[in-house]
Amino acid sequence: MNRAGIPIEEYVCSGHSACPGCGALLVLRYVLKVLGKNTIVTSPACCFTAIAGMFPDTCMEVPLLYNAFETTAASASGIEAALKIKGKKDNTHVVAFAGDGGTADIGLQAISGALEDGHNIIYVCYDNEAYMNTGIQSSSLTPMGATTTTNPIGKEAGWKITPKKNMMDILVAHNIKYAATVNPSYPIDFVKKVEKAKATKGFSYIHAYSVCPTGWRYQPELGLEMGRLATETGAFPLYEVENGKYNITYKKKTKNVLEYYKLQGRFRHLSEDFINDVQAYIDQEWQKLILKEECSKK
Amino acid sequence: MVKKIMTGNLAAAWGAKISRAEVIAAYPITPQTIIVEKLAKFISDGELNAEYLRVESEHSAMAACIATSQTGARTFTATSSQGLALMHEMLHWASGARTPIVMANVNRALAPPWNIWADHTDMMSQRDTGWIQFYAESNQEVLDTIINCYKLCEDRAIQLPAMVGLDAFYLSHTSEIVDIPDQDIADKFLPPYKAFYPLDVEHPLSVGSLAMPHQWYSEFRYKIYKSMEKVIPKLNKIEKEFNKEFGRNYTGSLDLYQVEDAEIILVAVGTVAGTVKDTVDYLRSKGLKVGVIRLRLFRPFPSEELIKALKNASFVGVLDRSFSFGNEGQIFSELKASLYQTNRDPLIKDFIVGIGGRDITTDTVKKIYENCQKCLKNKKIDQEIEWTNIKV
Repeated sequence: MNRAGIPIEEYVCSGHSACPGCGALLVLRYVLKVLGKNTIVTSPACCFTAIAGMFPDTCMEVPLLYNAFETTAASASGIEAALKIKGKKDNTHVVAFAGDGGTADIGLQAISGALEDGHNIIYVCYDNEAYMNTGIQSSSLTPMGATTTTNPIGKEAGWKITPKKNMMDILVAHNIKYAATVNPSYPIDFVKKVEKAKATKGFSYIHAYSVCPTGWRYQPELGLEMGRLATETGAFPLYEVENGKYNITYKKKTKNVLEYYKLQGRFRHLSEDFINDVQAYIDQEWQKLILKEECSKK
Repeated sequence: MVKKIMTGNLAAAWGAKISRAEVIAAYPITPQTIIVEKLAKFISDGELNAEYLRVESEHSAMAACIATSQTGARTFTATSSQGLALMHEMLHWASGARTPIVMANVNRALAPPWNIWADHTDMMSQRDTGWIQFYAESNQEVLDTIINCYKLCEDRAIQLPAMVGLDAFYLSHTSEIVDIPDQDIADKFLPPYKAFYPLDVEHPLSVGSLAMPHQWYSEFRYKIYKSMEKVIPKLNKIEKEFNKEFGRNYTGSLDLYQVEDAEIILVAVGTVAGTVKDTVDYLRSKGLKVGVIRLRLFRPFPSEELIKALKNASFVGVLDRSFSFGNEGQIFSELKASLYQTNRDPLIKDFIVGIGGRDITTDTVKKIYENCQKCLKNKKIDQEIEWTNIKV
């Protein structure tokens, strides 16, 4: 049974301890709706460790294995290998579910290894753009201009001046079979992409936009609006790469990044000049993405 | 039963094969690599039905092993030195998660300076990780101990991982005659692994979540302590059965050689024990009452067994092939602590030997016994810690 193409079944139940308006939980909820009951999730030290519940309670209706910070991809490949030898892999999905720090920083090496070694797993990065569980420290996916507790605003400077690492490009460079960006503000697009990952035989990657009112400093009820602005400004473009072919799934980049940035406390200190630099960077990346898509069609 | 000439590395691979390991996740490192090469070959030749994970580091190797074990597969890996050190975080995780992983570790020194030769620093540094630790003396013992480890670790009362140490080159690259157990008999001795709480979509569990100070964390750790207490009696039982099935004569945590009436006893681990035994034979032929105890097990530490074995000794010399800087050799420390609660007070001295693979000859051991004799005669040790054969 489903509503607008989205399965009605729930595998993340109430009683979790996420902050109000948490994007991470919404991401996992959609992912599991698509993958269903026959799914095993493995997750490292991240917000989700705290969210899922304290022993002996859990909000999960599917098996969940906690792992160490840098080991999510290795842990997922271990689960997959064991299921294979036990003859259970064909009807079980293995999901690696990690935050941006656990994916783009400390866990990057293990992802590279597991991807190259050809494991059949779905890696989902919920990107809330900083180490939120430890109290809002910058990760390599913290965007340009954001202030965090390790990029504090001081007398001289302080905010993060470097742009986000492009995880999609890194994964595509491994000749990944399927990689996509998703955003819970676009649930139908989200679900379609997870369905493709589900059907992929081999390593697939889902990079999920994941709002964090606590770390980004905005009103929790604005989460879905925030998500739409992220995509409409091109700060978080929605696209997929299927066997090397790029496909932008939301093309209406109609708004200036200022509209997105001005709603969040983490960008409040920025000057007009710096915002212009951010805009220039986003425009350049958007143009590159369009060119990649065009090249794919040739 | 087939006898083959093989190195310690090949014996380790055969141990995993006969145990029917189902997943091997490993990363190459000298002098271990041949173990996992051989296992990869067994798999590609169809002689072993297992999955081989070509991970990108030892850290990921152990992380993958933990997940495979928690999914319900019998898991094996091998490493050495720097690789074992890189695994450190996950070694704690493996015991905390109660995974009966078995690992061969080729005992090798740590850099810098680079050194690939025999040394026990790598495993001694993992003392507090909650792993059972064996040190082998022969290639046969390497193979047999791996099989016994699975039986021991998978026991419901234990549910802990074990590492089997084999000295770099002295075992890893030295060929000996090894008797390979019949697969049929081994299968009866070691039935397929059945995890008690595997990840299973039909019975979903969240495994390894957050446990608060007032809740269950202390209890989980207490249970590891209680399981470790059961290892030695369980090992004795398992080895008794193993000895009967396969015609061996393993003696649990200690290997005693001429200790009953010995005045001077050396305590050693690993391959050096062979050299010491030869020296004991020579010195006994000259009328000296000397003996040697080889620790087969370092964790859990066989305190009671050692106290019993040392009951008649007047002088104990400890051969440590590793050192805890700022203190003393690890075995020396542990042995002294064991003796503290008894009314026994033999003279005791620590000899630091074979660091970074420096050869320990019968001549070295003879000199050590001579020094022990001299100290015993003077009723006083000349120095508590002696680094032997040091050129500075």
